[in-house]
Amino acid sequence: MSAAEGTGAAGTFVPFVWLIAAFPLAAFLINGLFGKRWLGQRSGWLASASIGASALLSIGVFSDVLRGATSTTVTLYRWIGVGDLRVDVAALVDPLSAVMLLVVTVVSFLVHVYSIGYMEHDHGFYRFFTWLPLFVFAMLILVLADNYLLMFVGWEGVGLCSYLLIGFWFERPEPVFAAKKAFVMNRVGDWGFMIGMILTFLVFGSMNFTEVFGQVEIAEQGVLGLICLAFFLGATGKSAQLPLYSWLPDAMEGPTPVSALIHAATMVTGGVYLVARSTPLFEAAGGVLVVVGAVGAVTAIFAATIALVQTDIKRVMAYSTVSQLGYMFLALGVGAPIAAIFHLATHAFFKALLFLGSGSVIHAMAGEQDMRKMGGLRRKMPLTYWTMLIAGGALAAVPPLAGFWSKDEVVGAAFTNGYPILWTIGVFTGGLTAFYVTRALWLTFHGEPRDRHLYDHAHESPRLMTAPLVVLGVGSVLAGFVGVPPEDGFLHRFLPEALYPHGHEVHQPQLAVIAGLAATSVFAGLIGIFIGLSMYARRRPDPAAVRRAAGPVHRLLENKYYVDELLDRRFVDLSKAFAGASWAFDAHIVDGIVNRIGWAFGLAGSGLRRLQTGLVGNYALSIVAGVLAIIVLYGGYATGVLRR
Amino acid sequence: MTPAVPLGAFIAVSAALFFIGCAGVLTRRNAVVILMCVELMLNAANLALVAFSRRYGATDERGSVFVVFVFVVAAAEVAVGLAIVLSAYRTRPVVNVDEARAMKG
Repeated sequence: MSAAEGTGAAGTFVPFVWLIAAFPLAAFLINGLFGKRWLGQRSGWLASASIGASALLSIGVFSDVLRGATSTTVTLYRWIGVGDLRVDVAALVDPLSAVMLLVVTVVSFLVHVYSIGYMEHDHGFYRFFTWLPLFVFAMLILVLADNYLLMFVGWEGVGLCSYLLIGFWFERPEPVFAAKKAFVMNRVGDWGFMIGMILTFLVFGSMNFTEVFGQVEIAEQGVLGLICLAFFLGATGKSAQLPLYSWLPDAMEGPTPVSALIHAATMVTGGVYLVARSTPLFEAAGGVLVVVGAVGAVTAIFAATIALVQTDIKRVMAYSTVSQLGYMFLALGVGAPIAAIFHLATHAFFKALLFLGSGSVIHAMAGEQDMRKMGGLRRKMPLTYWTMLIAGGALAAVPPLAGFWSKDEVVGAAFTNGYPILWTIGVFTGGLTAFYVTRALWLTFHGEPRDRHLYDHAHESPRLMTAPLVVLGVGSVLAGFVGVPPEDGFLHRFLPEALYPHGHEVHQPQLAVIAGLAATSVFAGLIGIFIGLSMYARRRPDPAAVRRAAGPVHRLLENKYYVDELLDRRFVDLSKAFAGASWAFDAHIVDGIVNRIGWAFGLAGSGLRRLQTGLVGNYALSIVAGVLAIIVLYGGYATGVLRR
Repeated sequence: MTPAVPLGAFIAVSAALFFIGCAGVLTRRNAVVILMCVELMLNAANLALVAFSRRYGATDERGSVFVVFVFVVAAAEVAVGLAIVLSAYRTRPVVNVDEARAMKG
């Protein structure tokens, strides 16, 4: 069926790696074709089962990679073979893609199961379970691809599914607008991806990862920098970094499981994956990495400050996601892609959990998302409360939860690799993160219920929804231990083979340094939690007083730094003006020419119309006149009178 | 043997007839008269054909055969023409061609 080749043993499951993508595709086709008429509620189980099969197979593939199949290409068929351009539909199975496979399929499976409960009463149930497996399929293509072009197919596929699922409730105008915004902003990034891809092909004559990375040295520094910047632009679009981040908070208009899966755990990490995958390029391009790190750090603190004042529980999580993605780019920028992937994996668990937990709360509150109307819910929904508490702790980097190990490694790498400013931003943002998480959890679960009616009707979610929460909760506790001990954990010995094909010198910072750095960021986190508790639990200082005191700053944050307004004025209005000018050109110049030509013929016609008098005599006269003219002319030429 | 009438005389008569017919077609208003003038022009052409045939066609009578054709066509033309005039007259009782100008552009 498919040919596997590469270094190391192929393994038992690796040759069947394409089946991992085939299961969700099959679920998409079946649910899409037969869901409405025959499957109904069963479509959710079908989709979940197919993703479950993918997850099992991913575990098999992962164990194969563990046992030595470290770089295997599984070719399905040749896709394009024109001139020098040769692109295969082929999967590159190495430690990096194996980790991604595992994260994507496991989280997807849990979200699918959860969605059966969450979407139970939605009339678009089968439609939901058509797009969701399609998304998983596209994401798997993105992760598995062994060349940039195939990766781009997956890249666009996840973008499409994101669009479809944000706009899932298309009866209301806001989701439709948010979906359009996400799509258009992503297109800007995609443009960068395409430029990078084209340049890569022009310079290296190939788009295959292994071939490109094998000859990095033939490229000039400037061109290489341009390629990397273009790819990074693509990454900022997909991973919601400055300046292309503002679609992600709006994407919360979609169903909550979609936010958990696509806009927290998987799709938005596509940009991180792209940059991590291209590590050999970025390492060779040198200076670009500083840009990546700086953009990541600024995005992290920027989004964290906005999250401080949001009142919609999902928007807090959304800005938190933007901020955490910033951390991942920070890690990539300071030359620690392993830390980035590590944080990506742990973040997938605890952020998916936070979103699913929020979904559980929203479900219980009959669709209410405003935290100001919640409160005291821990008595009503203990399971949701405890799992979200774990996830919140992981996000706030409380040891020994998953987020502590990974975030600490990101921040620590910034310090040990010589970026003290980025380190400071990282630590400070850690404090902010701890504060807004504390605030969100306290407002939701503690204190007195602020809306009696909603509170009385609140109830714990069905087991179908809480079971995934528990599994993710366990993941949020344990996922961090793949990176323990710091700098020398399981991931650190596993991943380099994929990230550094030419080898890489490992520099081990001293344990004392690591411990000191960890203590600093834990301290920052604890301060954040302490301030949060003090403000919201004991009203010292009172949040309302703080808001009054911080007047203009608070307004600035509440309005998200007016970025949307700025973008509207600078870019949206500009492109609308351009579109208007184009329309005018079309209406007046293009159509104008056509209309003028028609008008000219009309004019000529109405002039010539007068010749048709309807009088037979006139016609006869002109015939005679014509004959006479012919005779005179002919006679003149024949006799030489008219000849010169 | 009587001296042959010169060819030019035939052609002169033919031309005169032709232009009389032509003038009639152009100036008269009555449809029937116009048809008669057309006949005049056709016969002018016939006369020219016969004269040329006599003068140059010593071995055969190809020109005369043409004249027979013209007779046939002229008869058909008169039949059709009169039919048109008749039916036009039935719709609108005029024979004045100047008043039949429904096809004006």
